[in-house]
Amino acid sequence: MSRVGATLWLQPFMARPIALAGLGVLLVTVLAAAFAPWLAPFDPYAIDPMIRLTPPNAAHWFGTDQFGRDTLSRVIHSARMALLIGSGVVVFALATGVPIGVLSALFPRLGHLLMRMVDVLMAFPALLLALGLIVILGPSVANAILAIGVGYMTTTTRIVYGLTLRLRAETYVEASRSMGAGTVWLIGKHILPNLVSPLLVQASFVFAFAQLGAASLDFLGLGAPPEIPSWGNMLAESRTFITRAPWLLFFPGMMIVATAFSLNLVGDALRDRLDPRFRQVFGEKG
Amino acid sequence: MWSYALKRAGTTAVTLLAASVIIFAFIHVVPGDPIYVLLGDTATPDQIDALRHQLGLDQPIILQYLNWAGHVLEGDLGRSIFFQAPVLSVIADGAETSVLLATMTMIWVAIIGVPIGMIAAVRHGTWLDQGLSGAAMLMASIPTFWVGLYLILIFAAWLGWFPSSGYPSVFEGGLGNLRYLILPSLALAAPNAALILRLTRASMLDVAREDYVRTARAKGIRPWQVVRRHILRNALLAVVSAFGFTFAALLSEAVVTETVFALPGIGRLVVQSILRRDYPVIQGVILVIVVVYLLINLVVDLSYRLLDPRVELQ
Repeated sequence: MSRVGATLWLQPFMARPIALAGLGVLLVTVLAAAFAPWLAPFDPYAIDPMIRLTPPNAAHWFGTDQFGRDTLSRVIHSARMALLIGSGVVVFALATGVPIGVLSALFPRLGHLLMRMVDVLMAFPALLLALGLIVILGPSVANAILAIGVGYMTTTTRIVYGLTLRLRAETYVEASRSMGAGTVWLIGKHILPNLVSPLLVQASFVFAFAQLGAASLDFLGLGAPPEIPSWGNMLAESRTFITRAPWLLFFPGMMIVATAFSLNLVGDALRDRLDPRFRQVFGEKG
Repeated sequence: MWSYALKRAGTTAVTLLAASVIIFAFIHVVPGDPIYVLLGDTATPDQIDALRHQLGLDQPIILQYLNWAGHVLEGDLGRSIFFQAPVLSVIADGAETSVLLATMTMIWVAIIGVPIGMIAAVRHGTWLDQGLSGAAMLMASIPTFWVGLYLILIFAAWLGWFPSSGYPSVFEGGLGNLRYLILPSLALAAPNAALILRLTRASMLDVAREDYVRTARAKGIRPWQVVRRHILRNALLAVVSAFGFTFAALLSEAVVTETVFALPGIGRLVVQSILRRDYPVIQGVILVIVVVYLLINLVVDLSYRLLDPRVELQ
């Protein structure tokens, strides 16, 4: 099963070299995050006033910032924050969106009420909702995850709701039900297994847009605390020095673009592999 | 049509009502007593008692909500702690910048996103289509503030073609001041043009599968005539309606861009109010943006229905 499963999942990437490249970038990012202390040539917090704002050179490949900290080391360590926020938002969106969406589709009365509540939340533009929640909760990494996650909870709920409604109408689900299958059995045996592939697609898009959302919050000074290395924080700090030290602007931004673009590529490749009936549930924005 | 319009307006009203409860609750769940929140940290006990009585904060929460909603309907969104002025007038001061920025952004989105999306659709499946679609996905993956900072670096700092920040009103300095909005609107347009590009392409490909397109082709109408008359007209309907949503979303997406370019718009007002703990302004901006967002959605939905009677109310 595992070998067959692996080839099945790699199949959409084999046909598209660029999606495979995206998968490669993500793998590198994960490795960078996992082995950051060993990979980073310097301590990301080490200050050295003698070498402040040095352009990229043999010792400091990505140059140094206004405190003389090594940009490459900070970029590598930032991968941890990026993965933490991204996976946190994905887990939050799935852990809330899947139960709400499935139950809403199976119990129409409850579903009507819950989906109306989702509509109300969707009346708040995502970034505005995140900002409002940050005001209430205070800025921190966990709260950034929550604030961004709520926006994707609503889209995930809608997608799961739509998919479950389709699945519920399938003949085999009807048959199973008429043979006396209970709701728990239906969910476990027929609904959830069929949701796995579309949710993987949704997860990659949510992960991608969570990167951009987290970077925006960091940039506004409302995300991760400024002393923590993150690509958004690095860009926020680089603002003052963009003419004197353009390399401070380049590298962290490239990392955000590379991860978000790779995730979008992967999501797109997975979406094309989906059952056509499920594909239309995804809008253009994911 | 009228029953549809009424139903749709009813849904919007209910959504707005529910949203207003959340927005009202905002000022009660921010850290600290709402009185301190409203008066700031420097309030005297006398002022606190006076305001508590004036706002009726000893009353049941339902009455407090009705009271607040009544004021809002009269256009009274409270007072800004920082500006010591009505919230509505503070927001109105930022509206010129925000609306002009959103309008200019939409112009870029229209002239970049729609034609390129059309080209991708017409050349569907070729390397050109793949390249353009890939480029669009790349554009959607770039943070707007990063684009903004690069535009400042290249076109303001190095080339000096455009101002790097601020925006003096066109009513005082003339239309030439619009040049202050060119770089910010380009930065904001990048991801949105990418979305419209993908939408234009997808919706043209959808229409191209319709029976009447096949009929038109079978009749021997020239290919570009089929594209122009049969596909484009119908495909653009979905695109134009997406313009409405995008415009509404821009008002809040502009938060980051307005901060980068130090534009005196509503978005920057929100960020500064968060840093100043000016909660009534934050509440007011959220309310205004949600109302605009819902109203634009309503208008778009209704006009869509008017233009295409086949669209059914779900």
